[in-house]
Amino acid sequence: MKMLENTNCCSAGKEGLTPTPNHGSNGRSLTGKPLFICIPLLAAWWVIYLNLSPFADLATDGLLRLFKLPAAGHLGSAIAFFIYEVPKVLLLLTLVVFGVGIVRSFFTPERTRTILAGKRESVGNVLAAMLGIVTPFCSCSAVPLFLGFVTTGVPLGVTFSFLISAPMVNEIAVVLLYGLFGWKVAAIYLGMGLVIAIISGWVIGRMHMEKHLEEWVFQIQTGDNSVTEPQKNWADRVRCGFEAVRDIVGRVWLYVVLGIAVGAGIHGYVPEGIMAGFMGKSAWWSVPVSVLIGIPMYSNAAGIIPVVHALLEKGAALGTVLAFMMSVIALSLPEIIILRKVLKPRLIATFIGVVGLGILLVGYLFNFLV
Amino acid sequence: MEIKVLGPGCKKCHETEKIVKEAVAETSVDATVDYVTDIKEIARYGVFVTPAVVVNGGVKSVGKVPRKDDVIAWLTQK
Repeated sequence: MKMLENTNCCSAGKEGLTPTPNHGSNGRSLTGKPLFICIPLLAAWWVIYLNLSPFADLATDGLLRLFKLPAAGHLGSAIAFFIYEVPKVLLLLTLVVFGVGIVRSFFTPERTRTILAGKRESVGNVLAAMLGIVTPFCSCSAVPLFLGFVTTGVPLGVTFSFLISAPMVNEIAVVLLYGLFGWKVAAIYLGMGLVIAIISGWVIGRMHMEKHLEEWVFQIQTGDNSVTEPQKNWADRVRCGFEAVRDIVGRVWLYVVLGIAVGAGIHGYVPEGIMAGFMGKSAWWSVPVSVLIGIPMYSNAAGIIPVVHALLEKGAALGTVLAFMMSVIALSLPEIIILRKVLKPRLIATFIGVVGLGILLVGYLFNFLV
Repeated sequence: MEIKVLGPGCKKCHETEKIVKEAVAETSVDATVDYVTDIKEIARYGVFVTPAVVVNGGVKSVGKVPRKDDVIAWLTQK
């Protein structure tokens, strides 16, 4: 019936559960549409993206001349930065979120759980960390997800690898980093994040702290309510992509624009080198301090980028800044408060400690290498 | 009819509750809507991505804010 065929999907199994026979492959009118719209949209995206730079220059020129501002001045360079970066980053974000949305339609939490259950440590850790990148969840799902994994045969360490990688290594962060700082920084962030997730999870697993889960966790009987999911065809998957764009970009775009505005201001007005003393390579204590400051702070990936931008532009060392960013995103007070319901204090402390240490070490490593 | 909205309390979960309540009001179906934040209870349904909606014990939607049309469908189908 019409009602069962709907355009949202993603994240997990859902409405196709009622026993009426015509769910699943919608042989209906909506099937072909997303696929057809996709192609011209992608083409349009590409054309706009290629022409961004000249167009931005034109727009900036026009604006500056209108207000009689010098191009080389503070306001001028801030405006130029803003006009170019906003559409660029938003376009990139849209494309990547769309792509990841499609990839995600393959990796629902259910499937993720099935893949991870029963895998040995080390292999499991790597898989979990990588799956964390593409599995979506809103931060309030951290605990249910954790429970779901742990109670269905996914080793504790592997679950942690997932829990660490998912919020931290997300496509928004990577896109924004790429858009503002180039692919190298984005790749480093991605790499660092995965390594930390894998190793931290593995270490925690080795410590065999299973008994530090709250008692009630062991008493959960997950009923055989496993939500069965309807098969998805490509039209569904493309729809997932669009959904993801609407959902994520819709939520985050304002932060991005504001962030770029702040970045533009810093770019135009703050003198170079100002951060070098505090967070530069020479200050050996900058990495641990950054990590420590980051722990009680919480922000989503989009919100922390302007800070990252400011720090990098004005002389802070890359390893330090990325360590700070990870510390803010991965170790968040709200999430820890929620996790406290499931994990005993020792385990929480271990979690924070191991991840914090991992971030620290990677931060140092990069300051050293780069 | 017994409806439960599962979620520890983030924005999406509240939105879900709102939509469910609106759907119930619109269809005038006789249903109670409970908002469950207790992790243990949520886990018992085998749900591990929230928000989620359970109707008469059956899990209908997991991991996202359902559309009102879908909720209405569940209410009127049973």
